[in-house]
Amino acid sequence: MSTTLETTAAPGSSETPAALTRKDFASPVAIRWCPGCGDYSILTAVQGVLPTLGIPKEKFVFVSGIGCSSRFPYYMNTFGFHTIHGRAPAVATGVKLANPDLQVWVITGDGDALSIGGNHFIHALRRNVDLKIILFNNRIYGLTKGQYSPTSAVGTVSPSTPFGSVDQPLSPLSLALGAEASFVARTSDNDVKHMTEVFAAAAAHKGSALIEVMQNCVIFADKVHEPYYGRQAKQEHLLYLEHGKPMRYGKENEKGLALKGLSVETRENPADADVLVHDTKETSGTLAYMLSRLSHPDYPVPVGIFRDVVRTTYHEAAKAQVDAAKAKSPADLGKLFNSGSTWTV
Amino acid sequence: MLPSSSPAPKNSTNSESGAPGSPAPKTIEELDSVTIRFAGDSGDGMQLTGTQFTDAAALFGNDLATMPDFPAEIRAPAGTVAGVSAFQLHFSSHEIKTPGDDLDVLVAMNAAALKANIADLEIGGILVVDLAGFGEKDLEKAEYSESPLRHGALDAYRVIEVDITGQTVRAVEHTGLKGRSAELCKNFFTLGMMYWLYDRPVEHTLSWIQTKFGPKTKYKDKPEIASANQAALLAGFNYAETVELFASSYRVKKAELPTGKYRKISGNEATVFGLIAAAQKAGLEIVYGSYPITPASDVLHGLSRQKHFGVTTFQAEDEIAAMASIVGAAYAGALGVTATSGPGICLKSEAMGLAVMTELPMVVIDVQRGGPSTGLPTKTEQSDLLLNMFGRSGDSPLPILAAKSPSDCFNMAYEATRIALKYMTPVVLLTDGYIANGSEPWLIPDPDALPFILTNRALSPAPGQGEYLPYLRNPETLARPWPIPGTPGLEHRIGGLEKAQNTGKISYDPGNHDAMTRERAAKVAGIAKDIPAQTVEGDPSADVLVVSWGGTYGAVSTAVGDCNANGIRLAHAHIQYMNPFPANLRQILGSYKQVAIPELNMGQLRMLLSGTYGIPAIGINLVRGKPFRISYLVDKFERIVKALA
Repeated sequence: MSTTLETTAAPGSSETPAALTRKDFASPVAIRWCPGCGDYSILTAVQGVLPTLGIPKEKFVFVSGIGCSSRFPYYMNTFGFHTIHGRAPAVATGVKLANPDLQVWVITGDGDALSIGGNHFIHALRRNVDLKIILFNNRIYGLTKGQYSPTSAVGTVSPSTPFGSVDQPLSPLSLALGAEASFVARTSDNDVKHMTEVFAAAAAHKGSALIEVMQNCVIFADKVHEPYYGRQAKQEHLLYLEHGKPMRYGKENEKGLALKGLSVETRENPADADVLVHDTKETSGTLAYMLSRLSHPDYPVPVGIFRDVVRTTYHEAAKAQVDAAKAKSPADLGKLFNSGSTWTV
Repeated sequence: MLPSSSPAPKNSTNSESGAPGSPAPKTIEELDSVTIRFAGDSGDGMQLTGTQFTDAAALFGNDLATMPDFPAEIRAPAGTVAGVSAFQLHFSSHEIKTPGDDLDVLVAMNAAALKANIADLEIGGILVVDLAGFGEKDLEKAEYSESPLRHGALDAYRVIEVDITGQTVRAVEHTGLKGRSAELCKNFFTLGMMYWLYDRPVEHTLSWIQTKFGPKTKYKDKPEIASANQAALLAGFNYAETVELFASSYRVKKAELPTGKYRKISGNEATVFGLIAAAQKAGLEIVYGSYPITPASDVLHGLSRQKHFGVTTFQAEDEIAAMASIVGAAYAGALGVTATSGPGICLKSEAMGLAVMTELPMVVIDVQRGGPSTGLPTKTEQSDLLLNMFGRSGDSPLPILAAKSPSDCFNMAYEATRIALKYMTPVVLLTDGYIANGSEPWLIPDPDALPFILTNRALSPAPGQGEYLPYLRNPETLARPWPIPGTPGLEHRIGGLEKAQNTGKISYDPGNHDAMTRERAAKVAGIAKDIPAQTVEGDPSADVLVVSWGGTYGAVSTAVGDCNANGIRLAHAHIQYMNPFPANLRQILGSYKQVAIPELNMGQLRMLLSGTYGIPAIGINLVRGKPFRISYLVDKFERIVKALA
């Protein structure tokens, strides 16, 4: 992973904040996730990244929906809003429109973002609202006790699908790319270093950033990601994407991805010239989309930044119109009331 | 007041249409008030014609009230009854409160428009028809087996038949405009005839055409459009004069209105102005999150043109997101506002519950329309009262206000904002399709005289408080503080889970939930101390009290006035604060032998009052998608009073 941890200009903060540490972001509230839950390490990674961003603590807002992941804001000593199921991107859009100086993070899950909140998820990304969306994907509904989710594999046995689920799951990243997301990444809850790098890059990105975290639910879907991201499996089955680097993986980097028709194939010991080179800036999004389609066991599972392109952000464009209008006309109520035809009695 | 005199002079003879007579001096008769309806196909420009006539009446100094009536379809099949669009205008030399009951004049541009509207024309009223709209095909589309213009079917009216389309095409020929484009000018020809009939100058409309189609517009390369429309207007005016279409023309004198400067305003415009004024006086920016819906979209359109007042408009992906976005905006320190109609409230209800739980200041406007479900999108009703009162999970009280007329939307939008900010609560403002689209003169207020609005914004933690307490209530108002993200030291977490008292932390404690439920209720109930006492109009010593709310004020108040003038004694209380009710309402309701409640629903206020005060009442309920007719109410009131005697 080549993403650097350089700090970026904080939105709207010109003063140098007192150096913050991880402790400043830890809330005194007792954490109530299950022992062994993957959420703990995500919290650790986020609390580690925020002090490096050069943004005053009071400028962070964490907005969440409903589900296990959505308790996250309570565990951050920042402004936080635990909203309603699926609506976090819409609430966060309002926060950002009202106060563009804030850095707004959205915490959501596979059920929250992709099922009940699918519409808001799509449109926040389409508009490129400057939100950092962390999607905890454990492929199951945890808080409602184990029903299958929109990312559960076909055949998932759950309380609501005792004979196995019959519907096709979707890829959060394919959906995000289809919705014109300008920053799309994937990381895993068992790799704090990688999460830290991805979160920092997301924070640096101007516009909406979607980060899918492969997260383990120890109770209802334990080891769901284990076949590809486990300690033993990951060298064989994860493809670490780095901008400008060939897409190689395997214990000895002996495997690679090469183009084949309109898709890719895996090759053993390919020549350098045949291996695809990653490009997060590729504007059409085709490469990122192709990568988002790769899944275990037929392909390696790509992790890292799929796409990172510059696009006008919604709140900036909206604010520019307001600022231009203010510069052109004073806020004159008398003029407003007297606009159009008037007459005197 | 209703017009007591008919506009049709009793001693006049029927003019033959289009038959030039010998020139005669113009006679002008004075009338108290006139109700005109322009009706035609959706594409005929009837809304424009009506609006222009309204402006002319307003500029002259008449009191007036208007009511557009258009189909839900943008272009229903041309020539059919379903595609008829109409605009009704009531203008008067005295104060009026409704767009009128029966029509004095009906302009019907085709057979379908006649069919859809003729029942409302008063016997002896003037009917102007465009002969070009009564061809075989037009009759077929309107499902007439034979022409209503023949065989004396319309003998009860003063029928003026003019080939308006043909005359218009000839009148604009010199501009080079031809065919369908030339025919489209017929609404201005019609308007010209009406200007002559009611002795109105054409200058205002001539200059309006220049502004709309002139060299500074997108029509700059088509100067013939402006000149053709102007020519059509003048031709209509001259035609009416030359051929003596009407036996005489009429004049409605200026109304005796309170002195000052006026403009015409619709309910949705007044809502926009009220919100902007209130936000300015509170020193706040507005974030308006909305999803397009009839009849509320004009609030979105209106606000999106006023960005220089610090208004950010957000057209959300759906009603849910619209509501959620303003919850977020209110959390982040803006005045959150949304407007919708009944089906939108259904979708917003979950996020409205979140707003109640998180006690954030915002205004939710419900421009009511006929329901349930998609119902009657372009027709009026007042059937969302109970939806807004109770349509959320749990005990979820919020203040509800209701505007009584187009211009009153300004006052109530201002008041809704004041209450939201002072009490840290979402506030619902109920208007309806009738007052939202209808218009009336508005005495322009002095912006400097509008009261400032205070907020509960928290600037820093209280000294020695230790941990910040986002739910520490103001002992007087029970409002919580408004700690805005970005303010150092006020970091806190809120959400939809039940809050612990003071700290706002999650609490599942039974006693705490009971206490917080009561606190939320007491906060809203306490607003009764901060709103005007309920007033009683009409004859306060009557035995029967009429109680109304919302957009029915004009019709009910006029009907009560008519009854009292005729010895049918009635008192009238019009409620504008639906939750909480004014503190003296119980005492007022208990002072009368009988309470009657007219509503454009099946008895929602009646249920609320009987549930709150245990007072039985007679309901007068209509859900025809239209406002009450005054005569209908007078009849009902008479029966109730007589039954009691």
